[in-house]
Amino acid sequence: MADEITLEVARYRPEVDSSPVMQSYQVPLREHWAVLDGLTYIKDQLDGTLSFRWSCRMGICGSCGMTVNGEPVLSCATFLTDYAPGPVRVEPLHNFPVIRDLVIDIEDFMAKLPTVKPWIVRDVQSPVEQGEYLQTPEELEEYQQYSMCINCMLCYSACPVYALEPEFIGPAAIALAQRYNLDSRDEGAAERLEVLSSPEGIWACTFVGECSAACPKGVDPAGAIQRYKLTAATQTVKNLLMPRSKR
Amino acid sequence: MNHRRSPEPLLWLLFSSGGMAAALMVPILLFLFGIAIPLDWFDPSYDHLSAVLHNWITRLILFGLSALALFHWAHRFRYTLYDGLQLKRYGTPIAALCYGGAVAGSVIAAALLLTI
Repeated sequence: MADEITLEVARYRPEVDSSPVMQSYQVPLREHWAVLDGLTYIKDQLDGTLSFRWSCRMGICGSCGMTVNGEPVLSCATFLTDYAPGPVRVEPLHNFPVIRDLVIDIEDFMAKLPTVKPWIVRDVQSPVEQGEYLQTPEELEEYQQYSMCINCMLCYSACPVYALEPEFIGPAAIALAQRYNLDSRDEGAAERLEVLSSPEGIWACTFVGECSAACPKGVDPAGAIQRYKLTAATQTVKNLLMPRSKR
Repeated sequence: MNHRRSPEPLLWLLFSSGGMAAALMVPILLFLFGIAIPLDWFDPSYDHLSAVLHNWITRLILFGLSALALFHWAHRFRYTLYDGLQLKRYGTPIAALCYGGAVAGSVIAAALLLTI
């Protein structure tokens, strides 16, 4: 095994670059090094001006999403040896504005996420003295998969619809809405319907499925969206047949 | 309530039921009329098939299959033009063409089924 590998890293320094440029670095090729370790090596040893986001280094914080050789991945969970002999091309996540180097502007997602109320909504909160809201293992299983989402936004980067229609509320936000809709303790499904069933919600999705392929946590946003399409369409038919009934 | 009334949920219902109906029934029809009968695996008489076709349940099912499959095509083709060819700026004429085509095709299917 060669002892070095080339990282071609997208650089964008708004004060000097008018558009992103690629810069090559030689980093040690070690068996247990992820792309993130390579970037950290560059920052520590070769070029302290390189900017990128990271936090946990173990695939749970969702900060270090990048485009590696064209694929949206968590750079902490993508190993250099899988790309040997290289070179490895590291770019910021697609479909987002770039602030600097590999750092993207996540404001769009942060603004969209709360519109689907991704938290437990109760009509009446029971007093604490009454104890917990109990749930069976079967009820947990209904939504557990969607609760694995770490908001890393790889699915937005992978989604061709989001690339064409920035208004699209997006895979993770819809999957997280379903995480609460399917929770037996939640009573907020009706409140989420208006946002989810809008043209910028589930109906913008054409079921390409790239979101589910890109997800590093095994969440299936495409499945969540498809499943919710049936819920929303059934609700529309009900409203048409019984316009005056309250949900 | 969804205040922004959009036909999208109903069009999607037609699309998805069309996909389901076609996926379940077209392979059977293709097997029967494309493989089994031409290869003489069984040989129904013309009168027998004609009688089956003149039963109103058969006509209803065939009409449902044709119409739903056409709406499935319309919806998918519309989005292929929108996203694949990036023609969304012509959204209204494209939608009219696709769903209008599905309606026209359904009318033709109904006319054929009623006149044979």
